[in-house]
Amino acid sequence: MATDTATDVVMPQMGVSVSEGTVTKWNKQVGDHIEADETLLEISTDKVDTEVPSPASGVISEILVEEGATVEVGTVLARIGGAAGAAAPAAPEPTPQPAAELAEAAASEGQAPAEEPHEIAQPAAGAEGAPSENGKSFISPVVARIAAEHGIDPSQVPGTGNGGRVTKRDIQAFIEAGEPAATEAGEVAAREAPTPPAPVAPAQAAPAQAAPAQAAPAQAAAAQPAPAAPAQTAAPTPAVPSPEPAAPGEGESFEPLSAMRRGIAEHMRRSLDTSAHVTSAIEVDMSKVVQIREKLKKEFQSAYGVNPTYLAFIARAAAETLREYPWINGELRGDKIVTRNYVNLGFAVELADGKGLIVPVVKNAETLNLLGMAKGIADIAKRARDKQLAPDDVAGGTFTITNPGGYGTFHGTPVISQPQAGILGTYAIVKRPWVITDENGADAIAIRSMMNLTLTYDHRLVDGAYAGRFLRDLRDRLQTWGEADY
Amino acid sequence: MPEKTYLQAISDGIRQEMRRDKRVFVLGEDVGVYGGAFKVTLGFQEEFGSWRVLDMPLSETAIMGGATGAAIMGLRPVAEMQFADFVSCAWDHLVTVAAKQRWRVGTPVPIVLRLPSGGGFSGGPFHSQNPESSFAHIPGLKCVCPATPEDAKGLIVAAIEDPNPVLFFEHKHLYRRIKGEVPDERYVTPIGKARTHREGEEVSVITWGAMVYTAEEAAKLLPDASIEIIDLRTIMPWDKEAVLASARKTSKVLVLHEDTRTGGFGAEIAATIAEEAFEELDAPVKRLAAPDTPVPFSPVLEKAFIPQVDDVVGALKELIAY
Repeated sequence: MATDTATDVVMPQMGVSVSEGTVTKWNKQVGDHIEADETLLEISTDKVDTEVPSPASGVISEILVEEGATVEVGTVLARIGGAAGAAAPAAPEPTPQPAAELAEAAASEGQAPAEEPHEIAQPAAGAEGAPSENGKSFISPVVARIAAEHGIDPSQVPGTGNGGRVTKRDIQAFIEAGEPAATEAGEVAAREAPTPPAPVAPAQAAPAQAAPAQAAPAQAAAAQPAPAAPAQTAAPTPAVPSPEPAAPGEGESFEPLSAMRRGIAEHMRRSLDTSAHVTSAIEVDMSKVVQIREKLKKEFQSAYGVNPTYLAFIARAAAETLREYPWINGELRGDKIVTRNYVNLGFAVELADGKGLIVPVVKNAETLNLLGMAKGIADIAKRARDKQLAPDDVAGGTFTITNPGGYGTFHGTPVISQPQAGILGTYAIVKRPWVITDENGADAIAIRSMMNLTLTYDHRLVDGAYAGRFLRDLRDRLQTWGEADY
Repeated sequence: MPEKTYLQAISDGIRQEMRRDKRVFVLGEDVGVYGGAFKVTLGFQEEFGSWRVLDMPLSETAIMGGATGAAIMGLRPVAEMQFADFVSCAWDHLVTVAAKQRWRVGTPVPIVLRLPSGGGFSGGPFHSQNPESSFAHIPGLKCVCPATPEDAKGLIVAAIEDPNPVLFFEHKHLYRRIKGEVPDERYVTPIGKARTHREGEEVSVITWGAMVYTAEEAAKLLPDASIEIIDLRTIMPWDKEAVLASARKTSKVLVLHEDTRTGGFGAEIAATIAEEAFEELDAPVKRLAAPDTPVPFSPVLEKAFIPQVDDVVGALKELIAY
């Protein structure tokens, strides 16, 4: 990518009605030096053929339009100057990380979904960015500026504005009151709002409990005022600014809070403050799925290079089942219940470094068969780990699947990815003695591949019986579907 | 210093300039024999004669065209639209000719166009508008909106002195209702300078015209809050520095005007604050203005239309609590 010192050369407007032009000849090549006003290229338009002088002096770092190509007026044709320009003709799209991740970062330890049912703690994906509250997490521009100038963590300042927001006067009063200014830059972020009403020992900065991280102003501003800050406002802010320095206590050490972790923390807290989480579990005999998978595995691998994971089977069955349970695929938005004629499935993916989780989305999952689902999941999981997700890849999920079974866990209570209404947890498949009934009605103990599924749902919208029927139907599909059904 | 009404102050200012400078003359509908619809030029024809106080036909086009021609030929016309609302009939001469003359051919166009504007007395849709933002948008025109008698006199003098077309928006609701001390001697209030009507630390109200008093009443009802009121006095050119300084001080701004909201001059102010003082803001810049409808006739509806003291109190409370 060119640095900001690069100068763009654009297709000029050669007359009021001219909207495009053709590059007829480049007089210079990448790497050549050119003086300002020296002819760089020749163009041809409907009205005139002309030479285009260079707008700046420097080395041509990029030529973006080939001779013979016709482009719209204003199109960048070449770049002059900039760092190592020539090296990157096709500058990779900036990876969408911080913003996208922050917005969508789900919570808690997660795990890649590509393999067997796998471990994840409590996932749940973020949704559109932004804590909607005007609560303490919103930092106004002036407060942000003052905080930065004085090296203050705004979350340390008692807020008197709407929903406990820190106002300009609050932070000014805080400074005047003589808060031992500032912590180390990196530590500021890591510190938590002191919860004990009487802030105590200087050493106890208590970074343990996730508090609502202050969101980036833009993020907060974007949010609609919906779920909210009650929990935050409820927590009484100590009237006295805590005097503690930001040094770790004996045996403790600090590490900076990443933007993703901050986003996860905020989202998790907000989700629990928003939805009435209830979890139901069901036991599924996966023997048939195991059997089909064994058969398809080789074919999928050799023909398509994709692994038909258990997750793909479950996702396939879940997408089908969700169509019959629109509220579980729905959303409580203000005083309206939103239902959809499509299913966008989010999958919790643990990032490679083990330090974050993101929930990319397979769009229109209801249109995918097993192969499509397996490919879709593999694709987003890979791109998530390679940090190649676009913002759109993490947006618009209507339901999420998290897959914490890989380490043998058999049960969990994931956190819902707001503003969705439910999240499906899949757990370890283990062989168990299981009572089955044969065609003649006789019971027998058999060795079956069993798996637990959990549905964590927002009880504001979804009743227990409805959730139970969803799990039952999902189980029945997994137990009875033949190869052709997937 | 003698106390005078807002109307008297305008009248005095024009009379003083006419006595001082023979190039200054007035023209308009009924400005002569009748003394003007609001009696601003009462007695002028007796004093200055019918050649300097011209009763014009019922044609705003003729008034504006005549004023433009006279100004180009070196006179200093002070033209009156009986109501600001009627200026639309004069649009072409004002906007196409007068506003561009100096930039096109270099001749000064020293016109004052007096525009009795504003509502509050059931004048209905044709007699109550505040069209200042339409003209503030036209390069080449200046727009003056005094709120106090002292400023009204000082600004009418400045407008007559100015070599450009100046639209002088005199608020009808202030004419006889507002009194204040006005120096007898000649003085000039510079165009483009705001006035701090009331000093405060907590919220700024940026306003002009009759809304200055509405803001003041509201501030009095909130004795615990420290409210600053900036009276812009002229909106083109407007005193950006004064507004930004106040915004930086209080970090919370209410922009208040009697004109309708969309495209009102408040939008320009709010946008400028957001652009140039973003890092100083502690709350979104708030606008309070009339809704986007013609001015209603019914007293009840008109009250709902024009921002009232209670509306300002509500907006201020919101900003204070933010």
